Amino acid sequence: MFYFSVPLGKLVRKVSRLRGGGSALPGLVVEKIDPGFMQRTLSTLPHGVAVVSGTNGKTTTTKMVVELLESQGLKVFTNRTGSNFTRGVAAALLGDVDWRGRLDADIAILELDEAHAVHFVNRVPPRYCLLLNVLRDQLDRFGEIDKTADLLALIAAKTTDTVVLNREDPRVARIAEQLTGQDVAWFGLDDSLLSTFPNDDDLRTAPGGAVPAGLPSTPDADVVLRGVGADSATFEYDGATVTTQMKLRGVYNIFNAAAALTLARRICVAGAAKANQDTLLTALSQVEPAFGRGESLTVEGQPLDLVLVKNPSGFRLGLKSFPAGGYATMVAINDNYADGRDMSWLWDVEFDSLRDGGVDQLTGARAYDMALRLQYDDVRIGAVDPEIAPALASFIRSAQGKPKRIFCTYTAMLAIRRELSKITTVEVVS
Amino acid sequence: MTDQSAVRESTSKGTLRVLQLYPRDMNIYGDWGNALVMQRRISWHGYTPELLEYNVGDPFPADVDIIVGGGGQDSGQLVIQADLLERAQELKTLADGGTPMLVICGLYQLFGHRFVTRTGSEIKGIGVLDVETHGTDERLIGNVVVATDEFGDVLGYENHSGQTTLGSGVAPLGTTTKGMGNNSTDGHEGVRYRNVVASYLHGSLLPKNPAVADFLIKTAATRKFGSYSPGSLDDRYVAKARELAARRPR
Repeated sequence: MFYFSVPLGKLVRKVSRLRGGGSALPGLVVEKIDPGFMQRTLSTLPHGVAVVSGTNGKTTTTKMVVELLESQGLKVFTNRTGSNFTRGVAAALLGDVDWRGRLDADIAILELDEAHAVHFVNRVPPRYCLLLNVLRDQLDRFGEIDKTADLLALIAAKTTDTVVLNREDPRVARIAEQLTGQDVAWFGLDDSLLSTFPNDDDLRTAPGGAVPAGLPSTPDADVVLRGVGADSATFEYDGATVTTQMKLRGVYNIFNAAAALTLARRICVAGAAKANQDTLLTALSQVEPAFGRGESLTVEGQPLDLVLVKNPSGFRLGLKSFPAGGYATMVAINDNYADGRDMSWLWDVEFDSLRDGGVDQLTGARAYDMALRLQYDDVRIGAVDPEIAPALASFIRSAQGKPKRIFCTYTAMLAIRRELSKITTVEVVS
Repeated sequence: MTDQSAVRESTSKGTLRVLQLYPRDMNIYGDWGNALVMQRRISWHGYTPELLEYNVGDPFPADVDIIVGGGGQDSGQLVIQADLLERAQELKTLADGGTPMLVICGLYQLFGHRFVTRTGSEIKGIGVLDVETHGTDERLIGNVVVATDEFGDVLGYENHSGQTTLGSGVAPLGTTTKGMGNNSTDGHEGVRYRNVVASYLHGSLLPKNPAVADFLIKTAATRKFGSYSPGSLDDRYVAKARELAARRPR
């Protein structure tokens, strides 16, 4: 059957890309004239759809699952960063289908924002879902943290086959108790690493004081992260322990590698491909960070790391994973919708680890909120300039010959990347 | 700054004991910021801070000079509710007697007479403040500026669906010039009663509103020592942060 919506949507996509426009418009057009497009197209995939959701790490985890499955010979459709809502999926599909609307893929791995994922799964029940965590992110958007957990539970409820859950996040783990009939697969952490993953309930209290009770007993995980080295990680699965090199850095990225491995292995076992452990591990070791997630650029011969910080847990993990020693540090805080508009979250992060070296440059719409925060943690502050372009230029100038690191919120990162693309090679995000 | 923070015991003007209410269950939205600001500014003013915690089931500490309590999501409020009711008389006596307190959002609501949920069920408050709150479908979210007589403009961020109305026994903290505050109708935000400041504002409230922080410290020191002598503080950053925050869109 021929749907004229497809060539029309593809045309809109082409035109809007020529104009340098946003990625969602063509999705909007095709959704309007052909509401069944997304569901119809995705339902043709032989191994169905897997949804990745949660507060932190969706983009990197999705990227890992895709690369793991591709290493097993599967053709994977995925949505790119910045389009993690339904319309964005439709737009991404338009780019990949042929003019008759056929999608040449075995499976779709989709990163979906918690709230939009609920709309999505109501229309396209996924075969698999992977739920990473529930952290304090943009509470002004969803109201509160328990509501976010409810959204994830809805995604799990609509999943037909296998739900992959984080054993160490009590709000995610308890989703298992509400499921009826789906298989549950777990990924987990070694006890020795638990302390490096403070959950939001441990924020200001003594250990053991966390509010939500976890599961009554600790379930066996498919994949457990046993250890993290400077550029390696140790995983345990199928009763054996394996250590592999990793290009990803940051302990939370590597925990998400356990998540990705769990989902990819489940998909293979379900018949999509014959899981070859060697090629899976090789693929895992070669995954590069997604943009802004601890990626390293080169500026004037020195590394410049971008670390995206979106919420207190992410910021604390970022500080822990990327120690300040030897680095010049800049922090860029915006308060646009995509950043989270309430600045309260900065007060839930401890900045003691920056005390030795101080922070050389602060920028962003809320640069002075950050300065105030650092003052209360006795951290030395260099220059403050809310304007990102001049602040970045002055940071690069003043820290000449030193490796640099920038902790930034989402829209601040986009602005910084735009500036950096003028002086170095930066991946273009479509 | 570091020269301010190191106050040796021998040169201290005295110890002020700050009690955090329910930090374990009501710690969302940066409530730690308020406790940290109390701790630091007490020290920068030349006094010695002692930070105490009160959680569900703990013995209630004696000789408390300042009390701060925070927001908390619905689940946290359920956990503390019964315990708070058991502490009602103690907290009421302290508030009536003039102990300086800051209560934010969730605890502000529970310090009132009652919270009536959308479905009509009633959650009993401890009645320290002559206010009551009704749950609604409307969530009041965004930046807020409140004009107050005592503290100048108070800046923060609100995020609540409970709407609070004031009885005759209390005065509002101020009038909103941006945002909603207590409810979507009367333009008032927060409550002042004796030395209690209650507000919906996160942000956290005290870092960007040092006038409120210093009021709590001054009141506590005067009550305890008969007099108060402030230190000289470096408030450069807060001045700029306030200026920029006031210009942010709702």
